[in-house]
Parts: sequence; structure tokens; C-alpha cells
Amino acid sequence: MTTSVLPPMASAPAVTPRKARKRLRNKRAIALLILPFGVLFTAFYLIPVIYAVVESLQVIKRDGTFGKPRLEFGGLSQYFLVFQDSEFWGSILRVLAFGVVQVPVMLGLALLFALLLDSPLVKGKKFFRLAFFAPYAVPGVIAAIMWGYLYSPSLSPFSFVTSKVDLLDGGTVLWAIANVVTWVYVGYNMLIIYSALLAIPAELYEAARLDGASQVRIAWSIKIPLVAPAIVLTAVFSVIGTLQLITEPQVFKQFTSSITSTFTPNLLVYTTAAVPNLNLAAAFSVVLAITTFILSFAVLRLTQRRAAL
Amino acid sequence: MAIMGAFTLYFLLPIFWLLVSSTKTLGNFNSTFSLWFTPTSITDMGNNLVNLFTYNEGVFPRWMLNSIVYATVAGGIGTILAAMCGYALSKYDFPGRELIFNTVLGGVLVPATALALPLFLIFSQVQLTNTFWAVFLPSLVSPFGVYLSRIYAASSVPDEIIEAARIDGSGEIRTFFTVAVRLMSPALVTIFLFQFVSIWNNFFLPLVMLRDQTLFPVTLGLYTWNSQVSQIPDIRTLVIVGALVSIVPLLVAFLSLQRFWRNGLGAGSLK
Repeated sequence: MTTSVLPPMASAPAVTPRKARKRLRNKRAIALLILPFGVLFTAFYLIPVIYAVVESLQVIKRDGTFGKPRLEFGGLSQYFLVFQDSEFWGSILRVLAFGVVQVPVMLGLALLFALLLDSPLVKGKKFFRLAFFAPYAVPGVIAAIMWGYLYSPSLSPFSFVTSKVDLLDGGTVLWAIANVVTWVYVGYNMLIIYSALLAIPAELYEAARLDGASQVRIAWSIKIPLVAPAIVLTAVFSVIGTLQLITEPQVFKQFTSSITSTFTPNLLVYTTAAVPNLNLAAAFSVVLAITTFILSFAVLRLTQRRAAL
Repeated sequence: MAIMGAFTLYFLLPIFWLLVSSTKTLGNFNSTFSLWFTPTSITDMGNNLVNLFTYNEGVFPRWMLNSIVYATVAGGIGTILAAMCGYALSKYDFPGRELIFNTVLGGVLVPATALALPLFLIFSQVQLTNTFWAVFLPSLVSPFGVYLSRIYAASSVPDEIIEAARIDGSGEIRTFFTVAVRLMSPALVTIFLFQFVSIWNNFFLPLVMLRDQTLFPVTLGLYTWNSQVSQIPDIRTLVIVGALVSIVPLLVAFLSLQRFWRNGLGAGSLK
């Protein structure tokens, strides 16, 4: 996309008055079309981001132990606290471990199902598409409540498993959550990849088929490279979703004590804000947002280079 | 086929379990086989539903209504606003266009939960926390919608048509609402569905913003009920039936709008 800058009105005497009016009218139209979103975006995205940054640069000072608290500019002092906070980095490492396992498993399954749906091997495509997508209609809170019961040692229909292994134990609860997230989002990601597959023109397969290429070969050499952009998109969204994990762990706290109040970065932010230590919580938020930004950008870069090969 | 069959069980069994469980009394829920119905299932489910809708002065239907209003009204308005912005970014050349687009694109990558806390602080300064607006207003903004609209407008609204409308004397705004919106309608349905789902599923923002039960969306409502299960065991039945009822509107929306989203979902990735 190229940006072409309009010449300033005053220095364009060649423009006829008629044309100038039209350009002015377009300006008004552009403003009318962009401003409503622009104002809301500024109010509820840009200003909160700036506000969080400003908050994170302040510290509360007191005159003596019982003095009145007042806010002062504290420079990066909150950030020093963030970087020394082992709970925070522990929670980041926890969701990263989660993401390294869960995201490839989920996207791998989504890709596999999308390819199967797109191949002549599977009958009843419409049914499978809907069945696999159905969990996406279940909000995260509800899904977590459902699985909370399904994991429970006594109430679960799979109590022959859950009464022997405590899936909500400290060591396994992270993977119990991973299963809930996978259950909800596989079908959704499958559909994104599947609709990209549908957009590939059929002629592309003809030549391969005439050359005697198998379905697997066609999938590997033609389909997967062509839907790579769709996979990148789902990967970026999955990474963002992983880092901001909060709903499922927050609900699982009701079922098990193995979820601490610092289990994920966002839980830690929430806990810190409730103390209340708003300035530190804001600093956590900013570092988390920047980490998310860097990671999703890295995924974008990494996968794009792969796709280009 | 075997793979597909096995995973169909994985995806549908939990929902089937929810359906079966919501037809049981608390006693049967604890004692009978949890993947099949009991002889009294139909009447028990009727009772459960009546209890669900009347418990605590009918707070559950109130939550459902809240969720529907948050998701449809904010999602609907948000979709139009995003479409207007995306269309303008695609069809007009003006200074700062790429800057605006890149800023919005950056917004796609900002995790929504990172915004919840600063939003709470800002809303509390203007005394708007614990109000309808605290959840409604932030839900209007969909940067991803702008991104999709721009791509869609570029590929589905030909410049010649806009030019023709201009020659016919149609104003720019009118051209957008009469010509462009129609051509972009598959994308608009997709954007609406995305936003509807994300508002319907939103949990963290209402959790941070709201104290008043009557303003809760259904997700937050069921969460608070589930936290009371140990004190009020009877409420467990309501949580289960409520969970089932709460997923019905989304299932209906998906099924009825199926032909739109089926082809639209991949839009963001096709470039």
C-alpha cells in the first residue's frame, strides 16, 4: 500500500473550483466515516494504554507511617519491582509452557480436520463441520464450569479415570485447562483454515492428480503452503489468547486449590490491583502487553519466513 | 473417518453431558449414571427450568437479557462503525491513512484484558463503574473489524461503482450506506459474529467493572452462582441448567447465519 499525500489546497492553483469543492466534500465524508470509530478507539484503547503507562511511572509516597499518601513520579521504579518479581516471571513461564504445547496441538488438529473435510475421504462434511464447531458456542466461563464437573473425582461420568488421577492437582491442572481451551477453539480454527482451503481453485489439483500425486502429497505440497497465511493468523491469535489466559483459571479456582492467585500473568495483575497496588498492577499490564506484542510479532515473522520458502 | 468419529465424541460428549445433567434433580445428579436420562427426566427438567427462571426474583432471565443487549446492540453498532472506518481507509487517499490503519492494527494485538484495569480506573474517575455503560461502551470498539472491512472493501467494492454513484449525484456517505454496505454484507455478518461472540464471552471486563448483580452478563452471573455451590448445594442444578440455556442463543445464531460465516471466516487471511 502506498500513501499518496494530497497537495495542500493553497499551492494548487491549477485545480478548478469544481474539483476543489469535490475534494473538500470528500474530506468531510472521510471525517464522518472515520471519526465515530476513531473517537471510541481513542477513548477505550489509546487513552487506557497511555493511562496505564502513566500510572506505572508513579509511586505512592507517605510522610511518615501515618502520613497522607500522595502520588509522585517514580520513573522506572515500578518496573524494577516487576523485573525482580519471581511470581510474575513464574506466571509468564507457566503460560509460555502452556502455549508451546497447546497452540501446536490445537492448530495441528485444526489443520488435520480442515484437510480431512476438504478431501474426498470424508463423508458427511456438513455434520462434522457443525459438530466440531459447536464447542465454540460455549463461552469460556461455561466451558470451564462444565469441564470442572467432568474432571471432578466423584461427579464425572469418567470417574473411572478421575477418581484415580486428580486432574486438578497442581501438576496437571495446567494441562486440564489446556484441554478446555483446545476443546473450545479447535473447531473455530479448523473453520478458518477450511474456508481458506475452499478458496483454492480446483484446477491447481488437476495437474497434480494427472501426475499421479496422492491425496497426502497434494495436501502437503499444495494445500498447506497455500493456506499458510490462514494458519499464521490463527497462530497469532492463539499466542495472544494464551498470554492473557484468565477466564478458565479463574473458574477453576472454584474447583481446586491448586490454582494460586498468581497462576497466570492476568490473575497476578488482578490480584495486585485488588490489594490495591494500582501502580504496580499497571506496570505488570504494560510489561505483559509488550511481551504479547513482541511474541505475536515474532510468530508473524517466523511463520512468514517459513511460508515464503 | 475413524479419526473424525472419535473426535466427534470428544467435541459433543461434554455438551450431551450438560443436556443430560440439566434433566436431573440434585439427588439424581449425584447418584445416577451421568450420561443417560432418568425416567423422570422430562418433569425434572421442567422443574429445573422453572426454578432457574424464578430463583432470586428472576435474576437469570435478567442476565440473559443483559448479555443479549450487550452483544447484539454493541456488536451491531460496532460492526457499522468498523465498516465505515475500514471502507474509508480502503477507498480514500488522504494523509495519515497508513498511520491510522497501523495504529488500529496495533490495537488488534493489544490483549483486551490488559485494557480492563486502566479502563476501570478511567471509568471510576467519571463515576461510571458499575453501570451499563462500563461494559457497553468499550464493547463497541472492534479494531479487527476495521482490518477485515478494509480488506473486504478493497476486494468487493469496485472503484467504478463508487465513481458511477458519484456521477449519478449520490453523496459519499449515501454511497457507502446504499451501495457499499450491500456489497460488503458477507464481511459485515462475519464481523458482527466475531464481535457478538467476543462480547457474549467477555468475562474479565464485567468482572472488573460490575458489582450490581442486575447488570451482570450471563457468564459473570453463572460464575458467581458457581462460587456459592459449597454454601448452597441446590444452586448446582441451577448452574448446570443455566449453562445449557446460556449456550442456546449462540447455537441458534450460528446455525441461522451459517451460510454467511461459512465463507466469510477466512476473510482475514486471504490477501
